[in-house]
Amino acid sequence: MSDHAADAATSDHAVDIDKHVRIYITVFIALMVLTIVTVAVSRFHLPVPIAVTVALIVAIIKGSLVACYFMHLISEKKLIYAVLAVTAFFFAALMALPSFTVSDGYWIH
Amino acid sequence: MDIPYTVVARRDTGLTNGKIGIWLFLASEVMLFGALFASYILIRTGAPTWPRGDTILDVPLATLNTIVLISSSVTMVMAWASLMRHRFGTFRIYMGATILLGLVFLVVKYFEYSHHFRLGELPSHNNFLAIYFTLTGLHGLHVIGGMAVNAYFWGPGAKLWKTNPVWFTNRVEHSGLFWHFVDLVWIFLFPTLYLL
Repeated sequence: MSDHAADAATSDHAVDIDKHVRIYITVFIALMVLTIVTVAVSRFHLPVPIAVTVALIVAIIKGSLVACYFMHLISEKKLIYAVLAVTAFFFAALMALPSFTVSDGYWIH
Repeated sequence: MDIPYTVVARRDTGLTNGKIGIWLFLASEVMLFGALFASYILIRTGAPTWPRGDTILDVPLATLNTIVLISSSVTMVMAWASLMRHRFGTFRIYMGATILLGLVFLVVKYFEYSHHFRLGELPSHNNFLAIYFTLTGLHGLHVIGGMAVNAYFWGPGAKLWKTNPVWFTNRVEHSGLFWHFVDLVWIFLFPTLYLL
């Protein structure tokens, strides 16, 4: 394997790595702040539907930060996005399954 | 015979085989945890009453574990960034910190579990505890698995750095993707189990 070929494999990530490191630190601070927000909001003892909504929104923001920056999804190849799109579809279907129990009988008649 | 496309990306996928492999594995992991989350929703919405997590579980300890796991994600990505900068010594420090933080997470979890066991709060006690132990237990197994792989790259697996540094850097990146996924799962487990 030539050095040129080896360098090519990681050239995307090698570009401006110092800038990436600064982003990692910023994301880390954001995640810490959002963790405090999550715990602080839970102290208000909001009604369950509102509490669930707020907690999930904050968790989705935190999860997106981890996925986009630490897992480099913000600049990934199309095939990875395609794999994740299929995964997201089936994950959404899985999350929707419990809602069928709300309409018991509807699916039988 | 060498394993193909460990360093150079395949022309058709634009990715190394390891990269596409780890993402396909993570896709299966999403479905594994997704099935358990769906079960949790089903059982919780079907129950006449459900306890708030903070009345049974230790929120301060779980908050500490959240901070520990997020910190370990940062040290993991910094370990990879160190290799990208060709600083192997710094990589060792960050990777070592990642493994230690994983260990701290498990020790805190041990204290949480042993507290519940002392009170007789076993998984068979009620549905809440059954779900709590199943989800956090499976997550804990993932932490142990991630630590084992990271320890390998910190120790004996690091020999690859001398012969093929790009391949080693890619392997650490893939290990990191798994570790970040473990962090991501906890980010959702923490509010849904402990705070709601």
